[in-house]
Amino acid sequence: MSEILTKTRARNVFYGGSLFFVAVFAALVANSHHYIATTSTSSLPLTDEVTLGKRVWEANSCINCHTLHGEGAYFAPELGNVMTRWGLADDAEGAYEALDGWIKAQPSGIEGRRQMPHFDLTEEETRGLAEFLRWADHTDTQSWPPNDAG
Amino acid sequence: MKYQSQKVALAYFAVALGLFAVQVLAGLLAGWIYVSPNTLATVLPFNVVRMIHTNALVVWILLGFFGAAYYLVPEEAEREVFSVKLAWVQLAILTIGTLGAVASYLIGIHGGREFLEQPLWVKLGILVAAVIFLVNISLTSLAGRKTAITNILLLGLWLLSLLWIFALINPDNLSLDKMYWWFVVHLWVEATWELVMAAILGFLMLKLTGVDREVIEKWLYVIVALALFSGILGTGHHYYWIGAPGYWQWIGSIFSTLEVIPFFAMMSFSFLMVWKGRRNHPNKAALLWSLGSATVAFFGAGVWGFLHTLHGVNYYTHGTQVTAAHGHLAFYGAYVCVNLAIMTYAMPVLRNREPYNQSLNMASFWLMTGGVSFMTFVLTFAGTVQTHLQRVMGMYYMEVQDQLAIFYLMRFGAGAAVVLGAILFIYSIAFAPRERAVPAALQPGE
Repeated sequence: MSEILTKTRARNVFYGGSLFFVAVFAALVANSHHYIATTSTSSLPLTDEVTLGKRVWEANSCINCHTLHGEGAYFAPELGNVMTRWGLADDAEGAYEALDGWIKAQPSGIEGRRQMPHFDLTEEETRGLAEFLRWADHTDTQSWPPNDAG
Repeated sequence: MKYQSQKVALAYFAVALGLFAVQVLAGLLAGWIYVSPNTLATVLPFNVVRMIHTNALVVWILLGFFGAAYYLVPEEAEREVFSVKLAWVQLAILTIGTLGAVASYLIGIHGGREFLEQPLWVKLGILVAAVIFLVNISLTSLAGRKTAITNILLLGLWLLSLLWIFALINPDNLSLDKMYWWFVVHLWVEATWELVMAAILGFLMLKLTGVDREVIEKWLYVIVALALFSGILGTGHHYYWIGAPGYWQWIGSIFSTLEVIPFFAMMSFSFLMVWKGRRNHPNKAALLWSLGSATVAFFGAGVWGFLHTLHGVNYYTHGTQVTAAHGHLAFYGAYVCVNLAIMTYAMPVLRNREPYNQSLNMASFWLMTGGVSFMTFVLTFAGTVQTHLQRVMGMYYMEVQDQLAIFYLMRFGAGAAVVLGAILFIYSIAFAPRERAVPAALQPGE
């Protein structure tokens, strides 16, 4: 083996092969970018309200307790399908009212139960967050999660 | 120590170890909140605790890499670091940035992309520090002897710094955001960091075993080739359920299964070099951490990664405690252990502490490795139960969590062992008094 695979050959295989895989990966990512932008997330429009909701989601670091499409911390329920779970995926006003009621009721203060912090959101922000979660719920995620429990 | 400028590595290791302590303490607190959820709920909520736990981890691992580079590049290039002053400026920026990030998290100012929560000024600071580092270490290497170890180390560090640019790009479309977010997260830990890890392990094997450089460097190229060939398209295993096309399910399954191979190669390489090597280096602790790193990385990243990477399995386990189990063992084995290995090798030299007897350090290895392994086992059980109840039976999340209480209690116990191990390590490497000399026959050859 030592005659066939010299250090120089091993190095050349490493550089050449890596460049090849980077090129394949870049092509697939370009194709995926297009697919996401035009197909999998196109069932609801990406409105200013949804964008505002995403900023609210980020500013309060929801991801460090919850998961969204299965990614995040594993301390609190999955929210990628929360509007389906609540039966409000196609009801913007209902989604806002349910989310507003939920957020205002936190923290529950119940002993021995995980506590969601108190978040001071304006009506506009809560509406944005509800729209963001509805928008995410409408993404084609290859039918994940397996059931409404998330 | 052959070159005076290597000394700057000591400062990097010191700050890294301080953050290591912060990381494990925040982890212990987070583990306790799982057991007793009302703890500090209104003062310091779980999301902030977790942010400190993960961010401290990432920053101290990077500081360890930088320290390792400042230690080993001068020896490999056979000359002093280009500018020690720049190395200090870089460390100052990173330290101020880290303290600033933690302070702003505590008052509720943070971003919302997982692991990338740092305020913009800190992100830009990291970019500036990375540029300073790359310039400094590349000029050192270019002016001196070029070896495969420095080539691979520098390539890994250059690529991971370039990928950091994606930390600054946050599309409004959530699915696009997630796709590019993985450019930082996956292509760091499952591609570019593996290059750094392999280079550090290669350097340690060279010093500890005395095996011929040609043999070690050829192995290194094979290992890093396997790492990138599998790891780049292996990114696909994060693209199954985020809105990306269905073809990622096959690409991700196949290539992430192949990701086991470089970790197996790294483990085989380390043991083979030790068996072949004739050198009886007295720093047994550094050897233990090196072999431990390659072995635990194989199990944590390789075996536990494979456990849930096939898309048919991942459909049910995605985002459960199975992921948490894999994450803990993989990070510990691959990146914590390799950092502690290079520190265990280099710090006695930098502090002029040879010859040495490092039984405390070796005890800390077993305590930490035992703790993280036990934590991984109980979280795997928790994840299995969770997967069945929630993903198969359809029980609601919080009801399922109530069923997992016993596992979380055992996880806390395991975490306490890890914290004790970490404290023991820091004491043994940084504070323990100089010990009796070992006989001259056991002196290091290099």
